[in-house]
Amino acid sequence: MDQLLKVLQMNALESRENIARMLGLPADEVARRISDFEARGIIRGYQAILNEDQLNLDKVTAVIEVKVTPQREGGFDTIAGRIARFPEVKTAYLMSGSYDLLLFVEGTNLREVAAFVSERLSSLEGVLSTATHFMLKTYKRHGILMQQQGSDERLTVTP
Amino acid sequence: MNDSLSLRNRLNTVVRDIPRSGIRDFFDIVTTMKDVLSLGIGEPDFDTPWHVRESTVFALERGATHYTSNLGYLELRQALSSYVRKNFGAEYNPDNEVLVTVGVSEALDLALRAIINPGDEVLYHEPCYVSYRATILFAHGVPLEVSTRAEDGFRLTRAMLEARVTPRTKVLMLNFPNNPTGAVMSRADLEDIAAFVKERDLLLITDEIYAELTHDGAHTSIVSLPGLRERTVFLHGFSKAWAMTGFRLGYACGPAPLIEAMMKIHQYTMLCASSLSQKAALEALTHPGPELGNMLDEYRRRRNYLAAAFADMGVDCIRPLGAFYAFPSVAKYGLSSRDFALQLLQEEKVAVVPGTAFGACGEGFIRCAYATSMDNVKEAMRRMGRFIERRQAHGQTH
Ligand SMILES: Cc1ncc(COP(=O)(O)O)c(C=O)c1O
Repeated sequence: MDQLLKVLQMNALESRENIARMLGLPADEVARRISDFEARGIIRGYQAILNEDQLNLDKVTAVIEVKVTPQREGGFDTIAGRIARFPEVKTAYLMSGSYDLLLFVEGTNLREVAAFVSERLSSLEGVLSTATHFMLKTYKRHGILMQQQGSDERLTVTP
Repeated sequence: MNDSLSLRNRLNTVVRDIPRSGIRDFFDIVTTMKDVLSLGIGEPDFDTPWHVRESTVFALERGATHYTSNLGYLELRQALSSYVRKNFGAEYNPDNEVLVTVGVSEALDLALRAIINPGDEVLYHEPCYVSYRATILFAHGVPLEVSTRAEDGFRLTRAMLEARVTPRTKVLMLNFPNNPTGAVMSRADLEDIAAFVKERDLLLITDEIYAELTHDGAHTSIVSLPGLRERTVFLHGFSKAWAMTGFRLGYACGPAPLIEAMMKIHQYTMLCASSLSQKAALEALTHPGPELGNMLDEYRRRRNYLAAAFADMGVDCIRPLGAFYAFPSVAKYGLSSRDFALQLLQEEKVAVVPGTAFGACGEGFIRCAYATSMDNVKEAMRRMGRFIERRQAHGQTH
């Protein structure tokens, strides 16, 4: 992947000047290329990665497997697009294997998510079945371990 | 009392007379201070790739807890042989031309002890890894150092060697990519050295422990040049590119008679390298993942950052091309390397290693290791910039 995108994926808050130094590019070129990635929709946004378990939020996350019938025109994209538009659906993937779509759905409690599944999701035309799993604890997200990591055990000066 | 036994006078004189490593000395000062930002660490900050650690746990469960063959597990030697063939361009028979050792450190010691008779001269280039001179002396060799220079990008040239070689010289030792300078040698540079080695009929020990950490362009090994394999001991290990320092695993490849001689010493003094570490190394070689490439990318970004930061603060530094070290010149600030490092430590709590730890010709330089997080690199550069600014303001008023 593009080195600039790699750096942004590691830390999107890195200043343009620092990125320029890391990549050996002029700072204005870094800024120009970032704008270009944004304009082309390759960069779709910037978010903080939270350890939500630490916040004691009134919130549950369900992982839902959905089987659907692909539409005559548009295949899976039409139905997936309709499902993905619900604000409760935070993440949606088309999958290979025994089901078609994998959704990450958020709500304030179990009942709310259950209502979303039965009233909104299952009732959509083309949705054949769903299987809902509730998430209990997060160990790692986006490549980042949620546990505090130990401190540097190395000696301070070595050959 | 102990004094009356005068134990110091009963010590082996070679051991007694070798000074403590300059790094050790500096380390003792650094450890008296808290919250030091260290650019003084010569080992990766990354953890060993997880698949390697996980499979080491598995090997432990499975009971890989016994002595191995003196040379090391055959399966590992086979994997090493094919790795070296693919990446360094030389063929070694896993049966008798590959020896698994306790780090490159042991391999270096074995190679020198296997080759040197008392009084034989060993050519090596400085600034260099802190162990070289001592290891030559322990083997009762005579160290002949050759100084490389910033104006040559710390590369070694044939002329430097010609100026120093004598009829008693038996071995040349090389280390590129270099600790502490970050210098690398091109194929053309190596060809000159190879011609010299052959004409003078020397043996060669090449320590290529940083080979994978070559930043701009691919690493060339001197063993791949015609006629060199027959007279060379090639050393490599897992400490650096694989971030496996604590596993203590290295290896030597060479013509059978040399490896046989090294094996003899290894057999009687070490028996074998750790069985678990050998299993770990086997996993590292047979299931290469994305980790090495990711680490190399990150080292390169830090290298770029450091080089740009030095340029911005007006510090002269040859472009570091390999390993994870930069070796900037601090001569123009009117302090010795040691005083510069000490004052930087006291005033800004940034630890670097005085260049003199790597040989007398390291005077005027400091070693900055970028085997530390990008955040640390950034903060260290901010503090060093401040420190340098004060030195300049100072210089102007006097
Ligand atoms: C040039 C060089 N050779 C050898 C070593 C020692 O490596 P090992 O951990 O394999 O003993 C080092 C470690 O810093 C080094 O820089």
